[in-house]
Amino acid sequence: MAKIGVYIYTGDGIAEAVDVEGLIKVATKSGAAVAKSHADLYSPEGVAMVKQDIEAEGLTAISLVGMSPRYEYKTFDFPGVYLDKTGIRELVAWSHRIDPSDEKADSKKEHVQELAEDYIRMAVTKLQKVQMPTPDKLEAPNTRILVIGGGVTGMTAALEAAEAGYEVTIVERTGELGGYGMQVRKQIPVGPDYSSLVNPVAPSLIEKIKSNSKITVKTETEIARIYGAPGKYRVSLKAAGTKSEWDAPVPLTPEEKLDANGKELSAEDQKKVYAAKNEGRNDYMVEDANGELFGAVILAAGWKPAIPADGEYPHLAWGNPNVLTNHQFEQLAKSGKLKRPSDGKEIKTVAFVQSPGGLNDDADFPYASAVTTMVSLKQAKYVREDYPEDGKAYVLYQHMRTPGQYEYFYKGLQDDAGIFLSKGAVTAVKDNGAGGLTVTVEKTLLGDNIALDVDVVVLATGMLPATKDEAVVNLAYRQGPAFRDLDLFGGYCDSNFICFPYETRRTGIYAAGPVRRTMTIEESMEDAAGAALKAIQAVKAAEEGHAVHPRTWDFDYPDFYFQRCTQCKRCTEECPFGALDDDEKGTPKPNPTRCRRCGTCMGACPERIIGFKDYNIDVVGSMIKSIEVPDDDEDKLRMVIFACENDAYPALDMAAAKGLGWSPLPRIIPVRCLGSVNVAWIKDAMSSGLDGVLLLGCKFGDDYQCHFVKGSELADRRMANVAETIKSLGMEPERVKLAQIAIDEYDKVPGVIDAFVEEIVGMGPNPFKGF
Amino acid sequence: MSQSILVIGGGFSGLTAAVEAAEMGYQVYLVEKESYLGGRVAQLNKYFPKLCPPTCGLEINFRRVKTNPNITFYTQAEVKSVQGSAGNFNVEVVVNPRYTTPQCTNCKPGEAVASVEAPNEFNFGMDNRKGIYMPHPMSFPNQCVVDPAVAASAEGQKIKDAMPAGHVDLSQKPETIQLNVGAVIVASGWKPYDPANMERLCYGKYPNIVTNMMLERLASPSGPTGGQIVRPSDKTMPKKVGFVQCAGSRDKAYLPYCSYICCMATLKHICYIREQSPDTECYVFYIDIRSPGAKYEKFYAKVKADAKVHFIKGKVAEVKPGSSADSVVLVAEDTIGGGKVEQEVDMAVLATGMQPVGALNPIPGIEYDADGFVKPKEGIVPCGCAKRPVDVVSSAQSATAAALKAIQMIRRAG
Repeated sequence: MAKIGVYIYTGDGIAEAVDVEGLIKVATKSGAAVAKSHADLYSPEGVAMVKQDIEAEGLTAISLVGMSPRYEYKTFDFPGVYLDKTGIRELVAWSHRIDPSDEKADSKKEHVQELAEDYIRMAVTKLQKVQMPTPDKLEAPNTRILVIGGGVTGMTAALEAAEAGYEVTIVERTGELGGYGMQVRKQIPVGPDYSSLVNPVAPSLIEKIKSNSKITVKTETEIARIYGAPGKYRVSLKAAGTKSEWDAPVPLTPEEKLDANGKELSAEDQKKVYAAKNEGRNDYMVEDANGELFGAVILAAGWKPAIPADGEYPHLAWGNPNVLTNHQFEQLAKSGKLKRPSDGKEIKTVAFVQSPGGLNDDADFPYASAVTTMVSLKQAKYVREDYPEDGKAYVLYQHMRTPGQYEYFYKGLQDDAGIFLSKGAVTAVKDNGAGGLTVTVEKTLLGDNIALDVDVVVLATGMLPATKDEAVVNLAYRQGPAFRDLDLFGGYCDSNFICFPYETRRTGIYAAGPVRRTMTIEESMEDAAGAALKAIQAVKAAEEGHAVHPRTWDFDYPDFYFQRCTQCKRCTEECPFGALDDDEKGTPKPNPTRCRRCGTCMGACPERIIGFKDYNIDVVGSMIKSIEVPDDDEDKLRMVIFACENDAYPALDMAAAKGLGWSPLPRIIPVRCLGSVNVAWIKDAMSSGLDGVLLLGCKFGDDYQCHFVKGSELADRRMANVAETIKSLGMEPERVKLAQIAIDEYDKVPGVIDAFVEEIVGMGPNPFKGF
Repeated sequence: MSQSILVIGGGFSGLTAAVEAAEMGYQVYLVEKESYLGGRVAQLNKYFPKLCPPTCGLEINFRRVKTNPNITFYTQAEVKSVQGSAGNFNVEVVVNPRYTTPQCTNCKPGEAVASVEAPNEFNFGMDNRKGIYMPHPMSFPNQCVVDPAVAASAEGQKIKDAMPAGHVDLSQKPETIQLNVGAVIVASGWKPYDPANMERLCYGKYPNIVTNMMLERLASPSGPTGGQIVRPSDKTMPKKVGFVQCAGSRDKAYLPYCSYICCMATLKHICYIREQSPDTECYVFYIDIRSPGAKYEKFYAKVKADAKVHFIKGKVAEVKPGSSADSVVLVAEDTIGGGKVEQEVDMAVLATGMQPVGALNPIPGIEYDADGFVKPKEGIVPCGCAKRPVDVVSSAQSATAAALKAIQMIRRAG
């Protein structure tokens, strides 16, 4: 049993807003061994007071009731003592100011006092229920890094990880290292003065790899499956292009689960379809005893050149042998002096087309980028290199995309009399009957309508990420072999987080280079170093037993009480990170090092058997039940608000600091993520006689802001189901609501709360109040 | 030999580099010149192209700082010199006084008695603050600051007396500290290019010419207008807004390079305006729209589809007075249509570029290129906009890579 100390800060207007002695009484009555107030709690004197009590009274858990939990850090650091904080300064004093001249001041004050007392009850109840989190360390995790792809990005990632002391294996599908980096004649410049092309970096990387004893290279090899979790991946490799019994099974798509009439197949039939689809493959839960062990994975599978389909771009004469893609042109340049493949004629005049849309659209080719722009500039220089006397290159663009210091590269080209750079809409490419092509360009910088006779036309086509059409990583995961959200990002293994570009929904696997986003070689090499660090961190986190991003401080892992599991599969299906696998029967198999500790599984579980030591169904349920509910006062309805601690909660803090206020009827409980909100809490609230529940979480949809990706969206879905239940009890389903609030919408959040309260007040009390 | 890492600059890049290195177990010192962490992105209303609030990611990173025992950070601190070599750098840091103690998190009693106001730098002087203030609502650390200009005066004393005892300490003095570190990550970031340098754009001459960074503050709920985009002269929503791209960038006379973010920032600003005003016409004067890559191209396409957004390929050569005192006329050479384009607008937004801090305040011991970007060398790792002009995503990548590079250098030196 915890020995609890409650410390109430009385500064910053708290003492004026509430009866502090009354709060101390409530704390004591609720079970606190010590309850005190201090006018300057966060000062060294305040800290000393708490420290003395801990030593003298043997307190095991303390609650600081005062300023927002977001503001205190590292001041109250007492090893072994559980520390909790409740922000009544913001949630009570600052957001519920009372004008003394208000004729209803007394009644308002009573409301505010009751609000503060409930926060004290919830704080003490929480401390009575929590346990100190303990790290869940992986014993002797494997620390080797697997790099998929032996191009410039993959080689750099391997060298970077090796330089930090880690063993690395590179798996490369082709027979050689180097990737596209070996197929280019020259690279675009990487540093001042940006005027001349540089030799490819790939050969020197290959040399470094060969002489590095920490790096193993496996060419003509592919991933059959990656089984396991960070710190203990078991990877089955296979000869490139072959089939293997260890190929990762692919789950049924939603369409495959239906019969010819669109009706869902029975579980038995689904099993059959699944078995047929994955014939010859071992179950995803079977570990390959001969597989190699790795701690983390870097995906550097790169890109492949886009090739327009037959018949595409007829106005650009695609299909004419003298119309090439930038990739085809690079191959020519690599193989020697530029000559036309169609007839061997020297290529002396070239038109480089950046944007295919003619007069209608100024977009570049699909999957193009600044890189494809600069490749055209580079290739224009090839023409001048090979034919310095009379070579001519026309670069026709809608927007010259040479960002940052690459502007110098572009500017340098402007000084070359043989290179013509012009904005313009290329409206037609035609065979000129003289063995070449005529390019019609409209709306140019040189004049309205010009015609150019050239030997070849080069289209600045895009770079397709390797994951556009295949999984590559081939994860033996319940949720399937590929990265999630590939469709959302056009096949790129991208992150939806601008701040956290390496974060995907597969913990321990970090993408780098053009598989993530089109990048120059220079950027890819930097990106490889970043991904290498993330991979190393994932191994280290497994070793130390804490989560990786975003909850890197979190040493707890959810417990599952399997005896009561009904194999409903909700946790395994809903986990945004695919952390849970399952066995034949459907019992979840946790993979702690894949887990991000968001609690979505806890929120999903209808049996309420998943929870953390200090954040679980009982802790929050008990806090809700500790709220005092007057059962005969229509002016004192009660609601609970679950607020996302990273976004909605700070918005409330800022609203309060700005002097904005809201109704004193709801009590706010911060949650890790709305995804962790279990329906049981809604039921606890309604059965305790509370009149409504509001969930405040992050924006969902394609531009989701939820840091656990799906939390708020899943909560929204669950609340729709709860609404049905509430309705069946004869209550208004609108008593439970979810609102999307961004962290900066502090000006809006009070209005959202008040509108909700008003709606509940309109409905009247919970009909089950008092039962 | 030192195993510690110094990170210069607590903006998005520096913050990222610091937490990434600290989470690897290295002792990190983070030195920030402003009174808060978060740097330039703390001033942004939203990020492009997702239009999400920067404070959301900052909140996570602040929590990583708060919970990590390996990070020591200093605000209002400046690195004066860096001497030595990889594995053994001696760094002199001056920490300027905040004149408050850590428990001082509520400025209100002091603000209530303060009479002197000064321009609020966080909002580019578009509003005022008192002699004691919180830098901004999301400020981390959440600790009040007393303006050095009032600290020694009677005003300072008045503020001190109004605040709880022990919260204001006017006797604080600048403190010089010496750090010994194994590697230095330079994340000193950028400043908006000073528009006053370009006389032809008449910044400061007409009231309704603002910069892109000022527009960020105007659009932000924590900005001087509570998030209402209004023109300075009469506080009304402009019906015609002109965006002047490459205001300084891509110009030999000012910033010869491209600042990377200004095209995307303007497209984002058009979204801000459109959200508040369905019929405001936007005119974008540009050389090229640099929205490279699938995500950015998609964002450009979305903005382009708006019939009230007009793109004019031409650089603004001149700004003339408009038909009223509140408006201006932007004059450009239309490089496609030919001839001069003159467009009268209610407000002009100068898409000023990014100038690396190294161009303005170089640190002795760090080497810079001609533009002021940091040159890497063994033990010194630049990242983010100290290294080259980049967006936030690239800054985060660059900072993560820098953390690894610094760790490698310490290993090599050790």
